[in-house]
Amino acid sequence: MTEAHPIGLSIRGGVKVYPGTRALKGVDFDLRMGAVNVLVGENGAGKSTLMKLIAGVEEMTEGVITMNGREMHFRDKADAVAAGIGIVFQELNLFPNLSVAENIFIGHERTRAGIDIDTETQREEARKLMERLEQPIAPDTILGTLRIGQQQIVEIAKALALKAKILILDEPTSALSAAEVEVLFRVIDELKAQGVGIVYISHRLEELIRVGDYITVLRDGTITGARSMEGVDIPWIVQAMIGSSSKEYGRTEVTEFGPEIFRAEEITLPRIGGGFTVDHVSLSIRAGEIVGLYGLMGAGRSEFLECVMAQHPHSTGKFWVEGKPLVERDVPGRIARGIALIPEDRKRDGLIQIMAIRENLTLSSLPVFTKLFHLDLKKEAQTARDFIKRLTIKVASPENPVSSLSGGNQQKVVIGKALMTGPKVLLMDEPSRGIDIGAKAEVFRTMRRLAAEGLGILFVTSDLDEVLALSDRIIVMAQGRVTGEFPSGTDAAQVISATTPNAQVSKEAAE
Amino acid sequence: MTAVPATKDAQGSSILLTFLQARTYVALLLVFGYFAIMAPNFLSLANTVIVAKHAALTAFLAIGMTFVIITGGIDLSVGSTVGLTAMVSGWLILHGIDPGLGWSIQFNTVEIALLVMCVGIFVGWINGILITKLNVAPFIATLGTLYIARGAALLSSGGRTFPNLAGNAEYGSDTFPLIGAGTFLGLPVLIWMLIVVGLIAAYIAKRTPLGRHIYAVGGNERGAALSGVKVDRVKLFVYMFSGFCAALVGLIIASQLQAAHPATGETFELNAIAAAVLGGTSLSGGRGKISGTIVGAFVISILADGLVMMGVSSFWQTVIKGLVIVAAVVIDQAQSKLQARVALQQEAATGR
Repeated sequence: MTEAHPIGLSIRGGVKVYPGTRALKGVDFDLRMGAVNVLVGENGAGKSTLMKLIAGVEEMTEGVITMNGREMHFRDKADAVAAGIGIVFQELNLFPNLSVAENIFIGHERTRAGIDIDTETQREEARKLMERLEQPIAPDTILGTLRIGQQQIVEIAKALALKAKILILDEPTSALSAAEVEVLFRVIDELKAQGVGIVYISHRLEELIRVGDYITVLRDGTITGARSMEGVDIPWIVQAMIGSSSKEYGRTEVTEFGPEIFRAEEITLPRIGGGFTVDHVSLSIRAGEIVGLYGLMGAGRSEFLECVMAQHPHSTGKFWVEGKPLVERDVPGRIARGIALIPEDRKRDGLIQIMAIRENLTLSSLPVFTKLFHLDLKKEAQTARDFIKRLTIKVASPENPVSSLSGGNQQKVVIGKALMTGPKVLLMDEPSRGIDIGAKAEVFRTMRRLAAEGLGILFVTSDLDEVLALSDRIIVMAQGRVTGEFPSGTDAAQVISATTPNAQVSKEAAE
Repeated sequence: MTAVPATKDAQGSSILLTFLQARTYVALLLVFGYFAIMAPNFLSLANTVIVAKHAALTAFLAIGMTFVIITGGIDLSVGSTVGLTAMVSGWLILHGIDPGLGWSIQFNTVEIALLVMCVGIFVGWINGILITKLNVAPFIATLGTLYIARGAALLSSGGRTFPNLAGNAEYGSDTFPLIGAGTFLGLPVLIWMLIVVGLIAAYIAKRTPLGRHIYAVGGNERGAALSGVKVDRVKLFVYMFSGFCAALVGLIIASQLQAAHPATGETFELNAIAAAVLGGTSLSGGRGKISGTIVGAFVISILADGLVMMGVSSFWQTVIKGLVIVAAVVIDQAQSKLQARVALQQEAATGR
């Protein structure tokens, strides 16, 4: 296999020191061309740092990068781009106010005589890229109007437009639906055949096994395993990643469900330009039950949760909490009635990044600490500390800004904020998005425990394994409608088939 | 590059951070010390009182401005509101309210003060409604009210000054001049007012849900709304509070001069913004402190008065003021960068 896949880039003795930490401790890494090199490790293991070195975003403290026998010095990203290296970052780096085509060619606009932007060519090339990625997105669409999954596709298109020889994909699928992931894999195969060397980072282990040719496992800034993908299985990866087998978030026992705690009837959200984003959705949750809301991107799942949280004043339909109608029309009112939402986009909706961890945790429950108008700071700090301990959030100090935490710990802060309001119904939108396997397992255990305490949980996910393993009941949505409802233990194939109830899916999505 | 120098580095940046965080106070000490040595009579009691009175006027406006800026907005209308409220005080003292029936309603000092405050709060309310309900950008909304309020002030007297606002003992308004000139326990009344307003504002910022919500709205409006913060109400409050502060200044100036001129308060909004920024308030929202703002207001006023006493030309004074503001923002940026780094180091040190 070595002859078939020549080494296109290698790092020897790579060390990266950030003030106070050694993110990489002498890493040797070979990147093979015409193959998918998967990189795996828990959050903070150094994957992203390693990729930033290759992409020229960060400079190496020690060590050498060689390409085709020549030593390379990437001082900035432009150097790396010149060497044929493209990167898709984990966090989207897009401009919501610009069009899809403008986003794709940002920084390397197609121009006439170096001044005048050739809009026509850009639009045409963008259209071809979207076609290649099998996305019905018009090049002139304003990016901000797209769903996160579609935005991620644009981000991938941006890297493809550079015609890179080495393409780094840092968690490209975290917001993609199963169908979109399939398209991406086809594109990856195509690129491989063209001899492009691909680095693929993901937390979804099944994906890595499927797509990878070579695997490198990182733990605490050192490489704990590097081999060809043949014979690699999930237990091996997990073993190399965290040192011991511990992927277990299934049910502990069959629980008795309580009475119905939440019911939605005929929830409808009209879409601009006709049709419905949420199309007469009715569902109910019982106390102690975890209901998984599964579906493809754009199926209307997130929008349904937003309707419950009073984010869409134009939506119609009725909600009941514990048998009593939910008449409050604003967010504080709904929170007071026991609804809590954990939004999909932590950065944008979940947290106030510059505020302290404590302030974020208590933001929704300030009335608890308030007498008349006086805030009891001692009680607040005490409760914040309790929640930090209870949810095992790893923090140096609750007074640090929440932005200093890793993704998994930030997610726990969002969960803590929701729990502090004493909810009866917990709505979780992609609770495991962009967090590592250890934190994921903890989040899932927390969900189990909360359900056992009598909460009703409705969680949206695009991860089939997750929905099958965690749900007491699975509800599938497609095109804004509920298209299937399954008890736990249902065959995966049945669930998948419900996500595409008829062949018109792609056509409808195009509109 | 072992762990040891890294820790030293961390300590070094912690010390530097503490220094930068206290920079407004350092600046205050520097300007105060400099003029104490260089300008004769700077430390005399009479001068100190004058400087403090000047600083207080900027400080009132800057306190209101701080809340507005923390929510991510700006209030350009405060200077005009000062002018308008000064004119309203003048009008009420001279004419009272004339319902057009051949008689008029006259007011005593307290009633005048309350009415004037209502006018200021009303201007703030207009700003708030424009910004929240009608979705006008704060800069434009308050620019509009800046012109409207100034125009209204000019219209009230046809551009003339309301003179001789000594009040009328018959109506109980003869105590009006005391707002600006009176003393209580040896301190000018307006300094007492500043202490009270400052303490209330600091209390709101630190110890009330409203204060927390103000910071949250500035940090991430969407996130705050999803967390149950009533964003519109918070914004309405900050603009009304800013209008209230402007009304206080209008009242004080009319009282001090015993006259009201429609041009009163021109460009005061810029001093208020400068004081807030100097005190560490971030124009991108979410960060700022009342104590810092008050100190910032004092730095600006001491600088201005000190330069006058030293006989520096007013042209140079303007340049120096600008330099100080720019320097303050540059240092502010350095501080937030460093702060983020120190926090990251602390989190990294916990072993992940």
